[in-house]
Amino acid sequence: MTAALRSVEAERRPQNALEALRFDGVTCAFASNERRGRTYTAVSEVNLSVRDGEFLSVVGPTGCGKSTLLNVAAGLIRPSSGTLSVFGQPLKQGLNKDAAYLFQVDALMPWKTAEDNIAAGLIFHGKSKAEAIATAREWLLRVGLHGHGRKYPHQLSGGMRKRAGLAQALALDPRILLMDEPFSALDIQTRHLMEDELLRLWSTDRKSVVFVTHDLEEAISLSDRVVVMSAGPATKPIAEFDIDLQRPREVAEIRMTQRFLQLHAQIWQVLRREVLKSYARNPA
Amino acid sequence: MHATLLDPRNRLVVLLTRLLLLGGFLLLWWLLTSRGWISPFFFGDPVGVARKLIGWFVTGSIYPHLYTTLIETILAFLIGTVLGLGCGLWLALSPFLAVVTDPFIKALNSMPRLIFAPIFALWFGLGIWSKVALGVTLVFFVVFFNVFQGVREVSPAVLANTRMLGASSRQLMRHVYLPSAMSWVFSSLHNAVGIAFVGSVVGEYLGSEKGVGYLILLAEGVFDIDSVIAGILLLTVFALVLDTTVSLFEDHFMRWQPSAGQTVSGHA
Repeated sequence: MTAALRSVEAERRPQNALEALRFDGVTCAFASNERRGRTYTAVSEVNLSVRDGEFLSVVGPTGCGKSTLLNVAAGLIRPSSGTLSVFGQPLKQGLNKDAAYLFQVDALMPWKTAEDNIAAGLIFHGKSKAEAIATAREWLLRVGLHGHGRKYPHQLSGGMRKRAGLAQALALDPRILLMDEPFSALDIQTRHLMEDELLRLWSTDRKSVVFVTHDLEEAISLSDRVVVMSAGPATKPIAEFDIDLQRPREVAEIRMTQRFLQLHAQIWQVLRREVLKSYARNPA
Repeated sequence: MHATLLDPRNRLVVLLTRLLLLGGFLLLWWLLTSRGWISPFFFGDPVGVARKLIGWFVTGSIYPHLYTTLIETILAFLIGTVLGLGCGLWLALSPFLAVVTDPFIKALNSMPRLIFAPIFALWFGLGIWSKVALGVTLVFFVVFFNVFQGVREVSPAVLANTRMLGASSRQLMRHVYLPSAMSWVFSSLHNAVGIAFVGSVVGEYLGSEKGVGYLILLAEGVFDIDSVIAGILLLTVFALVLDTTVSLFEDHFMRWQPSAGQTVSGHA
């Protein structure tokens, strides 16, 4: 078996599988902060689709516009040109109601307890307070935060805050989960625990996941497919790889397998070029 | 030895030292005035001040004055806070209006607003409302600027996350903007309490028929320095009481904050 390395432009698979998300020629340009009148093109002509129930990781050098892509998928920013479709429907205005978003930084409301934070989303969706709290308690249990529900975010550790954030997103039962380097601030052991936790939760109902990271090992061990982005500006996907590792996976163990190392070497070959390019433009 | 003896964390030692300092000051004051080294006519004397204070409370003559001043202060504080909160939120959430009104607000804020006292006296008469109005103009800006800043400082991630969770704009206001602004509001309220007192006392001083400021003015007119000092002491104690009340509310509402009670209460 060899990993299928294909050019993304060449890939125009027939639309038989249901697509959760589809980027069609998405370009995002922003007004530059430094020089007036100039624009900065973060992502350019992105064509990408995420299948229903697929765990897709997007890797690329830092600052390459991966987060921009997620923000477009969430409906938080509008593309300058091109369209985003959600389950076949173009997203014209407003937020992507099918998606939940897990941010890189802590985004829990610091003035609410963990329980109230999880319940908040349900209340926004019209659930009664009692119902929302009951569901929130179930989710606390499910993400391993039993007994910490009455604590405020500052009283929780970084990993516990991520668990609460995950519960907050998943409690709404979204069809799509967008994750922006959610575990990058955690220490390596906590990170592995959280990755396993994420896989366990994901495997119960297989939502479509777009997972942005700059950590290639994390991307491979979690995903069904890994997309490599080019160095910014004007980023676009340049290669994608199917990850044919068996599930269920144990992230710490799967990293030792032969197949993992093979995939890692293949993808790294592509990614390395972009990382070097990125450094050449913005020396670290 | 030295370190353990004067440990700032030893509450008993700190309290005793404070009492010693206060007692020493009173003793010095009493000595200086009773020996005639400085004139009690100009500096009063502690025994006289104490006698005045006790007299006021025993005869009950102070109560209508104290009541008037406290009512004025509390009304000014509440109305100013609510207006400041409302306008702060409104302007912070409509950038166009904020830009348009910016020079006017800056001008109003840098204006010495105590100078409005005679105008308010004309508009609202010599009763409590002219003092309340003066206090409101003082309190409003303190709260307003803090709320404005508080809304601006809302974490973009928390905002985006709450929007993604499906919050409507009213829910964003209730669950994000208001709580975020509240931490700024509370740190401004400590200032606002002191300033509200300034408003009512200065207002009474310039024209009134009741209130602690009026009492001080009367005493000053007859060179009764003991009464003046007693009045000032009384105002200080009640300002402290109001400030402590604000702290209690702050501890309750701000319990989500990692380091509650770190705000420094500076007075105007």
